[in-house]
Amino acid sequence: MSDSLMAQAGGRPAGGPKQGKRGLLLGAYFDFIRIRFLTMLAYRVNYYSGILIYTLNIGVNYFTWKAIYGGDESLGGFTGAQMTTYVAVSWMARAFYFNNLDREISSDIRDGNIAIQFIRPYNYVLVKMMQGLGEGLFRFLMLMIPGMAIAMLLFPVQLPTELSAWAGFLTMLFFSFLINSQINVLTGLSAFFVENNEGVMRMKRVIVDLFSGLIVPISLFPGWLARVLEVLPFQAITYLPGSVFTGRVQGTGIWNVLGIQVFWFLLLLVPIIALNRAARKRLFVQGG
Amino acid sequence: MYYLGLLAEYLKNYMKTRLTYRADFWVEMISDLLFQAVNFIFILVIFMHTDSLGGWSQNEVIFVYGFFMVPYGIFGCFINLWGFSERYIVKGEMDRVLTRPAHNLFQIFLENVDPPALAGSAIGIVIMAISGANLGLSLEWWTLPAMLLLSISAVAIYTGIYTALTSLSFYSDAPTGILPLMYNIQSYGRYPVTIYNRAIQVLLTWVIPFAFVGVYPAALFLEREEMRSMALLTPAVGAVFLAIGLLAWNHGVKRYKGAGS
Repeated sequence: MSDSLMAQAGGRPAGGPKQGKRGLLLGAYFDFIRIRFLTMLAYRVNYYSGILIYTLNIGVNYFTWKAIYGGDESLGGFTGAQMTTYVAVSWMARAFYFNNLDREISSDIRDGNIAIQFIRPYNYVLVKMMQGLGEGLFRFLMLMIPGMAIAMLLFPVQLPTELSAWAGFLTMLFFSFLINSQINVLTGLSAFFVENNEGVMRMKRVIVDLFSGLIVPISLFPGWLARVLEVLPFQAITYLPGSVFTGRVQGTGIWNVLGIQVFWFLLLLVPIIALNRAARKRLFVQGG
Repeated sequence: MYYLGLLAEYLKNYMKTRLTYRADFWVEMISDLLFQAVNFIFILVIFMHTDSLGGWSQNEVIFVYGFFMVPYGIFGCFINLWGFSERYIVKGEMDRVLTRPAHNLFQIFLENVDPPALAGSAIGIVIMAISGANLGLSLEWWTLPAMLLLSISAVAIYTGIYTALTSLSFYSDAPTGILPLMYNIQSYGRYPVTIYNRAIQVLLTWVIPFAFVGVYPAALFLEREEMRSMALLTPAVGAVFLAIGLLAWNHGVKRYKGAGS
């Protein structure tokens, strides 16, 4: 990688030192995406079992919901067909946006590697996000798309017919990734303050799976809880994109739910920047 | 006897290290229980919208849930193979374990004992008592011995499956990714398997028999005739899968050559 960076820098002497440096940095960030993607690709066989397991998850949930519906027409505003589609697209979206940035950051903090990361001339959090994006790209192409194809063969999944639903869903899927990664980064950075954040990471995982609407769509929760969840960021990860994909939200409604995602994306930047600042001052390395 | 002595020593050591990080102990226990709570909340929510899940009432499903927690807690306490490949093979810890006289797998279990997990078992018993009382189940002379036997059999099933899967790391470089996903699947043994289609039923009964750690054995106490024979089969399935796990493990250890250097 360093060779190509050198070549890039050397090839642009006329841009002045400042511009050259910025180009170099952007190239470096792009390389983080590329390298993580290629690393994942090298180990792709390990992830094929993932397609199987996600399909099994969809199957089990599909049959459970079928048993719950019994003869009922609709539950919590979901028809049986919409629920099938919702379950499939939610699990497959998770196959895409899931990553272990929280674990990676905490282990960097715990083993002291973070000190070297902070010395380097890039933004550590941004680098992590880029690596997450590389992983997401891999998961999208190798897990989510084949997984969705298999799920469509096995279960009566209904794809949206409107172009706006597709455009809206794909844009929102990207924001799902961003918001989920932001929450992961925040969880990971908590290792600066609590030393052993294993419990925090586990709790985060439970909360995201449960409150994002992956396990139970939010409209099926009891009223008071549903109202609480509507003012939390987690629904933006699974429930909102799923609602667009199943056609429960249409037309201008798509702009509204996308707006909620953008709002949370911007709002979550604030604690990340603040924590990152505070962490630099607080850093002490255990052991070593 | 020798092994029991070792167990006591390791537990003593565990307590000593744990007392240094008291907060972690509680955090781990609570987060463990939170993982389990997801399924409990799922059950509560779905029964707000329906009266029966494939012919099982809410109290019956909750009873199965309670039973499931008992062997799961015992398994979580004594058998912990998380990150085996990274910690023991990549870092070479396995070499140290192999030079000692006690059986290597037993040592690995001991080094990773996790008593907070037993809290789950205790809560499971309470849940069974409450939902059992709601259902008017009677406590027969055979109830407690049967529960003990079936719980131990279920622990044997878990141990067999996870030991076999972990032993894959002796054969291949990086088969990670399977174990965490297994954790997802095992919780499906909590629901009446009859609601699933044939393929998933067969999978959960004979291939990765997680139905035998939850719904089948619990059905015996719920007096559900249709699953009685399956419940009585639990110890046999436990023995078979434990044997498969141990064979795969021992065979893998023979192939183990160390990670170099």
